[in-house]
Amino acid sequence: MSPVTLAINGQTVTVPAGTTIREAARTIGVDVPTVCYHPHFTANSLCRVCVVEMERSRVLVPACSRAVENDMVIFTDSPRVRLSRRTILELMHSAVDLSQAPEIMALLREYQADDGRFAGVGETLAVAQRDLPLHDDNAMYIRDYSKCILCWRCVQACGTDIQYTFALSLGGRGFQTRVATYFDAPIPETTCVYCGNCVAACPTGALKGKREWLIEQGKPLEPMPLGPKRRRRRADGEHLDLLDDRGHR
Amino acid sequence: MPREQIIADLKAAGLVGRGGAAFPTGVKWEGAAKEIQARAVPAGEATGYIICNADESETGTFKDRILMERDPHRLIEAMIIAAHAVAANRGIIYVRGEYPLAFTRLSDAVEDARANQLLGINILNSGLEFDIEMRAGAGAYVCGEETALMESIEGRRGEPRVKPPFPTTHGLFGKPTVINNVETLANVPGIVMNGPRWYRQWGTERSPGTRLVCLSGSVRKPGLYEISMGLPLRSLIFNLGGGMARGRTLQAALVGGAAGAFLTPQQMDVPMDFQSLTAVGATFGSGAVMVFDDSVALWSVMRGITKFFAHESCGKCFPCQLGTQRQMEIVARAASGQGRSGDHDALIALGQTMRDASLCGLGQTAASALLSALDKKLVQAP
Repeated sequence: MSPVTLAINGQTVTVPAGTTIREAARTIGVDVPTVCYHPHFTANSLCRVCVVEMERSRVLVPACSRAVENDMVIFTDSPRVRLSRRTILELMHSAVDLSQAPEIMALLREYQADDGRFAGVGETLAVAQRDLPLHDDNAMYIRDYSKCILCWRCVQACGTDIQYTFALSLGGRGFQTRVATYFDAPIPETTCVYCGNCVAACPTGALKGKREWLIEQGKPLEPMPLGPKRRRRRADGEHLDLLDDRGHR
Repeated sequence: MPREQIIADLKAAGLVGRGGAAFPTGVKWEGAAKEIQARAVPAGEATGYIICNADESETGTFKDRILMERDPHRLIEAMIIAAHAVAANRGIIYVRGEYPLAFTRLSDAVEDARANQLLGINILNSGLEFDIEMRAGAGAYVCGEETALMESIEGRRGEPRVKPPFPTTHGLFGKPTVINNVETLANVPGIVMNGPRWYRQWGTERSPGTRLVCLSGSVRKPGLYEISMGLPLRSLIFNLGGGMARGRTLQAALVGGAAGAFLTPQQMDVPMDFQSLTAVGATFGSGAVMVFDDSVALWSVMRGITKFFAHESCGKCFPCQLGTQRQMEIVARAASGQGRSGDHDALIALGQTMRDASLCGLGQTAASALLSALDKKLVQAP
C-alpha cells in the first residue's frame, strides 16, 4: 500500500497506509497514552484517553483506532486533549478502585488529576461508586467488579479475539454497565473453559487467580472444591461435557 | 429519471439531514451509490440497504411521528426513490418502540405498496427490486444513533460503532447503507417531482427548504409547525405559537431538544436556519423548541435533562458512561441548593470532555444544554 504523509505535533511523518495515528506517533517517539487499548485485542476506542486533536475535526479523535490519512494535522498533547484526558482519569478514579492498576495511577499523577473533584463528600454529597459484589464462585479465579473499568478485554478474550467461548458478556447500561455472565449464572454454570485468557488480560486486578487472591487475603490455600458441576473430557477425548460430581451430565 | 439526476437534484436542492447532524443527503446517497456499484453481489443477495431512521426519541420532538401517522406512503415513496438512486435492494424502517400507531400505519402502508407492486422483485415491471422490512426499537434513545441502530437490527447491544468507516461504505451487515431521518426522506419526493428550484423557493441560500418545528412549553398554541427556514425564533413563538401562555414572560427557549442549547429573550431575533443558529452557539438539532416562562426553575429542568442522559447512556465509552452520571449528581445537588465550591468548574470540564471525547452524538451533546445555560447565567453553580 502507498505511504501516507501527515503532520504530528508539527513534525512530518510518513507511514504505510492503515497505520493508526498512535502507531504513527510512536515512529517519531511520541507516546499517546491509553487505558483500554491492547495490541492483542480489537481496538474499540472505549476509554478515550488516547484522543488527539485533529485539524478540521469538530471533536477529538481516538488515536488507537483512527487510521492515518494524507494531510492530517494532529496534535497529541494540546490543552484541549489534556483536559479530556485529565477529566476522564478523574472520572475513573471517582468510580472504580484503581489501587491495583499502577499504570493508570501513574497517568493520574502525570495529568495532575484532582482526586476530589468528582468524589462524594459527606452524606448529602454522596456520589455513586461502582459498588459491585466480588464473585468467588469457582476454583480458578475471582471477579472483583469494583475494580473493573470496563475495558472489555475479558469479554473480547472470551469471545472472538481469542477463545470463542462467550461465557462473559456485558450487562446493564450507562453507569450501571458491568461485565456479566448470561442470566448472571455463576461461572461453573457458564460455557467457561477456564482458559485464563481473561485473567491475563485484566489491567486492574478485577480478575485474579484464585490462589493469588487467597494469598493476598491471608487465607489458607486448602484445595478448593470445584463447583457443583465441572468439566471432564469424555472418553473419546473429543468433547467437553458438563458433568456433576457423580459423573452425570 | 436516471439515478445520477436524482442525486444531482438533491445536491442542487441543498437538502441536508433533519435528524440533527445536517449532513448533505445527496452526498450521502452518492457515497453509497459508488460503493454499491464497486461491489459485485450474487443475484438474490443484498446489494445495500436503505434505512429509514424512525427512532425519534429526542425530548420535545414529535415531527416524525406525525409524518408517519399521517403520511406513511410518502416515506415509502422516498425509500423507493432512494433504492433506485443508489441501487440498493433492501429497506428497513426502524420505528421507535413507543410509537405503536406509527408502526401499524407504516406496516399497513408497506402491505399496500406490496399488494400494488410498488415493492417487490419487479416494481411496476421496471426491473427494480426493493422491499421494506419493519423493525421496532425497544426503547433506547441511543438506538437513534445510526450505527447503534444498525447494531440493534443485527441483534447486538445498542451501542454506537467507531466511525469511520461510515455506513455508506460499511453499514448494516457490512453492506453500503443509506440511513436517513423520516423528515429528510419526506422532503425527497417533492424535490424529485418538482426540481431543486421549486424547493429553493423556501428557506435561505445556505439553508434551503422548509423545516418542521416541534413547539412546546409555555406557549398558547403548541404544536407542529412547518416553517420556511430563516423564520426568526420570535416569530415562531409569538406569531405562530400565539405568544406566552397565561400572560407570563419568556425566560428561555431550549432549541434542539435535550441535546440542544438554551436561547435567552435577548436572542429571539435569531433566524431559524442552520448557520444562524450555529452562530449563536445553538443547533437546529431535531427541530424541537421548548419554551420556558419565568415561573420555571431551570435547575429542575437541568435535573431532568441530565437524568435523561445518565439513564440513556449506553455505557460504551468512558466519558459518557461516567460523565453523564457525575453530571447528573452535581446538577442534583446544585438544584437542591447544596452545590459546593468548584462545581461550576467541574461541570464545565465535564461538559467539554464529553463534547470533545465521547464516541457518539449522545455523549457529545449530553452537556450541551447545561453548558449553554451556565454560559448565559440562566443557572449558576458555586
